[in-house]
Parts: sequence; C-alpha cells; structure tokens
Amino acid sequence: MSERLIGILTDSFFKILIPGLTVTIPLTIISFALAMIIAIAVALIQFAGVKVLKEIARFYIWVIRGTPLLVQLFVVFYGLPNVGILIDPFPAAVLVFAINEGAYCAETIRAGLEAVPSGQMEAGECAGMSYMQIMRRILLPQALRISFPSLANSIISMVKDTSLAANITVTEMFMATQRIVARTYEPLALYVEVGIIYLIFCTVLSRVQRWGEKRLGRYRI
Amino acid sequence: MILSVNDVRKSFDGAQILRGISLSVNKGDVVAILGPSGSGKTTFLRCLNYLEIADSGRMTFSGIDYDMHSLAKKEIAAIRKRTGFVFQSFNLFRNKTALENVTEGLVIARKMDKKEAREIAEATLRKVGMLDWASHYPSELSGGQQQRVAIARAIATDPEIVYFDEPTSALDPELAGEVLSVMRMLAEEGMTMVVVTHAMDFARNVSKHVVFMENGVVVEQGETERIFSCPEQDRTREFLRLEEKL
Repeated sequence: MSERLIGILTDSFFKILIPGLTVTIPLTIISFALAMIIAIAVALIQFAGVKVLKEIARFYIWVIRGTPLLVQLFVVFYGLPNVGILIDPFPAAVLVFAINEGAYCAETIRAGLEAVPSGQMEAGECAGMSYMQIMRRILLPQALRISFPSLANSIISMVKDTSLAANITVTEMFMATQRIVARTYEPLALYVEVGIIYLIFCTVLSRVQRWGEKRLGRYRI
Repeated sequence: MILSVNDVRKSFDGAQILRGISLSVNKGDVVAILGPSGSGKTTFLRCLNYLEIADSGRMTFSGIDYDMHSLAKKEIAAIRKRTGFVFQSFNLFRNKTALENVTEGLVIARKMDKKEAREIAEATLRKVGMLDWASHYPSELSGGQQQRVAIARAIATDPEIVYFDEPTSALDPELAGEVLSVMRMLAEEGMTMVVVTHAMDFARNVSKHVVFMENGVVVEQGETERIFSCPEQDRTREFLRLEEKL
C-alpha cells in the first residue's frame, strides 16, 4: 500500500467517523425511537381490532411495505415542496425512516402480541385489571420480549439504510465518503473503509442485543 | 345467599352448550360441579366471571341483580374485583415473579399501597406454602407450585367467592395432591368456592354440595353425602361408578 493511500485513509477515517457519530447514529436512534412509538400504536390498534382504525393501519402498512424507501425519501423531500411543504433534509429523513420502519415493526410487535397466550389476558381480567392495565403491564412486555430479536434486526438494518439519506442531501457517513472520493479518486479503499465503520457500528449493536436478551431472559416465554 | 344464577344459556356457532343452568351458593359453601367432558361445566363457570358472555340468564351477586347477557364493562369489573378465578392452566403472569403475581391485582387494579400489598401477598404465599419461592418466575416453578401461587393470587384480594376451573387436571397425582390440600384448607376456613373438577375424592370429602351436569343441563344436584350415597338419576349413578373405577 502506497504512503499516499495510507495518508488518505487515516486522514479520512475521522472525516467519515465524525458524521457517523453526529449524523448516522442520531438519525438511527431518533428515527427508531419514533418508529417504535408508531409500531406499538399500530400493533395495538390491530390487536384490539378497532374497526375503522384497523383499516387505516392495514392501509398504512400496505403502502409503506409496498414502495421503496428511496422513493419515499424522494416524495417527501423533493415532491412535497410542490404542494408547499418544505422540510429540511435531516427532519425529512427522520420522518421517512420513522414511518417506514414503523410499518415493519408494527407487524413484528403484532405477531408478538398474538404469540402471548390468551390466558394471560384472562388472568389479568380476573385479577380486576382494565384492558389498558393488562396491556401495559402484562401483554406488551411479553410481546416486546418475544419481538426483541426481530426488532434488533430492524435497527441494525436501519443503520445501513440511513446511507440512503445521502440522496436527499443529508451529510451522513456515506455522503462524507463520496465527497472524499471525488477529491482523491480512491473509491475502492474509501468505500471499503466506510463499510468497515458501518460494520463496527452494527457489531456494537449486536453486542447490545445479546446483552439485552440476557437481561430480559430472566423469565422465559 | 352470595350467588344465585337462573336459567343460564349459551351457544357457540349454533351448538347449545348451556341449556338453562341454575345454581345457588351460600356463604361458606363449597360446590363441586361434576360431569363428563363437553358437558358445559367449564363454559358455565366462565360465564359466572364473564370470561364468556351468556346468551341469557340472570345473576344475583351479593345482593345486586344482573342481566348476564348485557352488562356494562364497569359492572363486570366490579364483579371481578370481588371474585377470584383459578385456571386449569394456572395462567400466572409470565413476566412477573410469584410475589408480583399476587401484588399485581392489589396494587394495579385496587390501588392498594405497595407496602400493604406486599405484606398481604407474603402472608398469602405463606398460607399456600410458597413464600420461599416469592422471587421466582413461573417458568422456574413446578405445575403444583404455579397453581398454589395462582390460588394465592385469587384469594389475596379477599374475594367473596372463588371459582376453580379444573385446578388439578393439568397436574400429575402427586402435584394435584398439594393443590387439593391447599383447597381443603381454604374450605375449612369457610371460603366460598365453586369448583369444576374431576377429583372425586375432593368432591366427596370437601364439597358440601354437588352439581352433576351433562349436555348443558343439570342432571342432578344436592348434598354431597346424598349424591354419592344414593343418586336419584341413573346417569349420575353410572357416571360416579365409572369415575370411582379410575
């Protein structure tokens, strides 16, 4: 490896890592937190079978899962200004990622809720608890425990999907790399380098997942 | 009289499961409901606590009259707060320890002070011989232990009546024995109990009143002593003869 290349790689490492820490990771965490709120709400609506709301929830999941994430980003960022809605790149990305991931996670959590035996609900009813109390204290914790590995999958997947935000001018890790490539003409080394940084992020998340499963694992489902 | 129900009817998909069941329970009574599988006894018990909503029927529970088919959610909640229910499959909250299983209904549903709830829960777990296991999760307990915790959960709220739905059917004889002895103790303390069971020894020795059901009707009911010694109906006699053989 030439000295020049080593110089470029070490120089660029922090130039890529910093937008990773200041953009990619916040984008992932904020979007995923919002996605979980959407997902739990949509899963509860479906589980409870509230008539009209359930149809709306199904429609939402159908549209979001049936269209590409990139198209959704473009519609919101480049399309909505046509009808007078202008959103800055970062919030636009958060909005799209949250809505997109919310649809997938809603299905994961719904499946988790349905996997909890009906006797748990009945036992809560007989203990005098209300539907919301049973949901909050008994069913939802068990459903999230069941869904945990799938949800961890989703957030790991999302870390990588945030690279699509480069297309709507969010200067996250991938865009930072592209800029350096444009200057140095070393696409192979630099794209491998950014790939390794994504890999490090995802490795940390996998570790967190394992730790989380151990902590949750005190009771068996 | 604590509980009286009259002419309870229930169908599932056009099949009549309950064809007019009536029952009266006095304070301190232990009523055993016997009958072959599919006789409707579990459905009947579930209707009493509104886990199933009867198609028709009237209930008088601690002095208040209810139409069993059309109750407000509030009325159902009020009834459930004064009753206990023990399931065949225990149904302990899997994400809660034995102690939390008992305190949950006190703290969350009845808004009791946490410390007071804990004291009551510990006393109740001691009573069923499970205090040493208070911090264990259901998955760490045997079936008999789980059912004893479930009984503690059902009685800790000081209910006026406790319903038992085949509490020992999922247990092998040894574990069933430890559960039955807890139930016998409760009966001796004067707890009002309605027990759907296949445990003939329990029915014969502990219950005061026996109801024999088949095909959604009560074939015969009366004092335990009389039902076991000289049943009036051929069907009751035959059922008891077959069960005693087992």
